[in-house]
Amino acid sequence: MNIVVCVKYVPDATADRRFESDNTVDRVGVDGLLSELDEYAVEQALQLKEKREGEDVTVTALCVGPEKALDAVRKALQMGADKGVHVSDEAIAGSDYAATSLVLAKAVEKIGATLEDGKVDLVVCGMASTDASGSVVPAMLAERLGLPQVTFASVIETQGDQVRIKRDGDTATEVIGGTMPLVLSVTDQSGEARYPSFKGIMAAKKKPLETYTLADIGLEADQVGLSVAWSEVTDTTERPPRTAGEIVKDEDGSGATALTEFLASKKFI
Amino acid sequence: MSEVLVLVDHVDGAVRKPTLELLALAKKLGEPAAVFIGGADKAAAATEKLKAFGAEKVYVVDDTEIKGYLVVPKVEVLQQIAEKSSPAAILLVSGYEGKEIAGRLAIRLESGIITDAVDVADDGTTTQSVFAGNFTVQAKVTRGTPIITVKPNSATPDETAGAGTVEEFAPTISDAAKTAQIVASQPRKATGRPELTEAAIVVSGGRGTGGDFAPIEGLADALGAAVGASRAAVDSGWMPHSFQVGQTGKVVSPQLYVANGISGAIQHRAGMQTSKTIVAVNKDDEAPIFELVDFGVVGDLHKVLPAATEQIEAKKG
Ligand SMILES: Cc1cc2nc3c(=O)[nH]c(=O)nc-3n(C[C@H](O)[C@H](O)[C@H](O)COP(=O)(O)OP(=O)(O)OC[C@H]3O[C@@H](n4cnc5c(N)ncnc54)[C@H](O)[C@@H]3O)c2cc1C
Ligand SMILES: Nc1ncnc2c1ncn2[C@@H]1O[C@H](COP(=O)(O)O)[C@@H](O)[C@H]1O
Repeated sequence: MNIVVCVKYVPDATADRRFESDNTVDRVGVDGLLSELDEYAVEQALQLKEKREGEDVTVTALCVGPEKALDAVRKALQMGADKGVHVSDEAIAGSDYAATSLVLAKAVEKIGATLEDGKVDLVVCGMASTDASGSVVPAMLAERLGLPQVTFASVIETQGDQVRIKRDGDTATEVIGGTMPLVLSVTDQSGEARYPSFKGIMAAKKKPLETYTLADIGLEADQVGLSVAWSEVTDTTERPPRTAGEIVKDEDGSGATALTEFLASKKFI
Repeated sequence: MSEVLVLVDHVDGAVRKPTLELLALAKKLGEPAAVFIGGADKAAAATEKLKAFGAEKVYVVDDTEIKGYLVVPKVEVLQQIAEKSSPAAILLVSGYEGKEIAGRLAIRLESGIITDAVDVADDGTTTQSVFAGNFTVQAKVTRGTPIITVKPNSATPDETAGAGTVEEFAPTISDAAKTAQIVASQPRKATGRPELTEAAIVVSGGRGTGGDFAPIEGLADALGAAVGASRAAVDSGWMPHSFQVGQTGKVVSPQLYVANGISGAIQHRAGMQTSKTIVAVNKDDEAPIFELVDFGVVGDLHKVLPAATEQIEAKKG
């Protein structure tokens, strides 16, 4: 069985994230890392592999992103993925969801073609990227690959080619079923992601890691990137910092009185 | 004027409030045309409501054939209506389903998509709040039919009736669309409190509650508020995940947000930073949440909240 995990390299959420002058996300000036939410995807892919003892399962980590994004693939390898694929090409910079999903789809097809049984059975994504947080790439990728999707899974079970997930929606908790090949996305409720062990870090150095250019996956430069994006960011403004409020110390019940008075003064009572 | 398609989010025909907000936004862009996919027997009630809130047209699609299948049949319905009516835009509620339908539809219609808009202007320019609420972004779709998912609570429903002309629409659903399936579904239990994403006031508790949410719920009820929780409180099993506020929970933007025993991690801020007024109760005067507040109390929530609740009840008389 072949599993591809899509991992995104994102600016660190705890750093000062910002935009470039062309309104694209600054992916160079701000330290980046494997999106925390995609660690859960890697974890679930690895757990699926571990549960299928005796079966031949290959987990390939796939990332589309700038040169530095190789770090995200490495981290996935250190956690335990078998292979890494990094799609990197100047022309991809500034790609929107449509272009990103196109590149991912072509890369998944190419990975499938290079693997022994010639196909990918399962594509695992995170629930959202921590920078764009669109939660749409998995659906768009599934559409491009012509596959079903079972998404936002908090619990994942598989049996043979059957996949069952639990998802906590707005109005109901649902059990959703599908048949592989399909695209799966997992939430941060699916279980803590493992840390790379020392052994894992050493082993990762010897694992196959390939870089694809656009040409490698059969795409032209004018099919991707900022200039052909289907939407355009016209303006970005930093929110003014909140002005410091009043802070009181509770002494013998004074806090409750002050709180009540504040709420009353703002007409919340 | 062109139609603006609004996919109706409903539970068994009961139209949910965010759909009414979409109708209000749709009016700015053209003629609101609601797309109701559901049981034929539920359509009349839904249509009444949609009409009352401005729908000029209501496409009614009987879902007998596609009920229980995940998103793709709905994508095909919208695709077919869009190809027929060339709408000015397609609006959906930001949520698991809305986003996934939007994503697939964007590929099929070769159209740009914008997610999590908090406003849509007359010319289709959207406003989004990004990077944990630290930036406001304006964007526009430049290709095809703008497909926009809008966050709940982004507009005020406008109860000005539209024509509400009903058009029964019979889609052609491919076999490939009927794959992933909802095998079982358990409706969420009603809490008797306002919906987290719709509430004007949210009172939240974190690890600092130590697992006792009674003070949080007490204050929430005195203020008529919804109850929220940090991920630490959810991970500890004190509250269900549907109460979680933050990056991987609900994003709320109420008039008042009261954070109790919550430190204010960036992932939590991502879900509440745009609230109009922020209040915190925390026993650590260095908790980062205090950087955000309009009013803060350094103290033990187990003492401050019950006392404040009592005073509020007394004031209400
Ligand atoms: C990928 C990812 C996604 C995440 N998504 C979310 C999310 O959606 N939502 C979210 O909330 N978090 C999220 N987190 C977790 C986040 O980083 C924090 O760990 C979490 O918000 C902490 O919750 P807390 O503030 O309740 O707990 P803590 O950080 O432990 O803070 C508890 C606070 O309670 C105070 N306190 C203790 N006792 C009392 C008392 N008696 N009275 C008053 N105050 C008291 C303490 O001083 C402290 O400030 C995410 C993390 C990751 C990595
Ligand atoms: N550039 C990328 N490279 C690899 N995977 C990606 C990329 N962008 C998005 N994804 C995957 O799609 C998921 C959702 O992303 P998004 O729709 O951007 O929120 C992420 O959690 C990743 O699994």
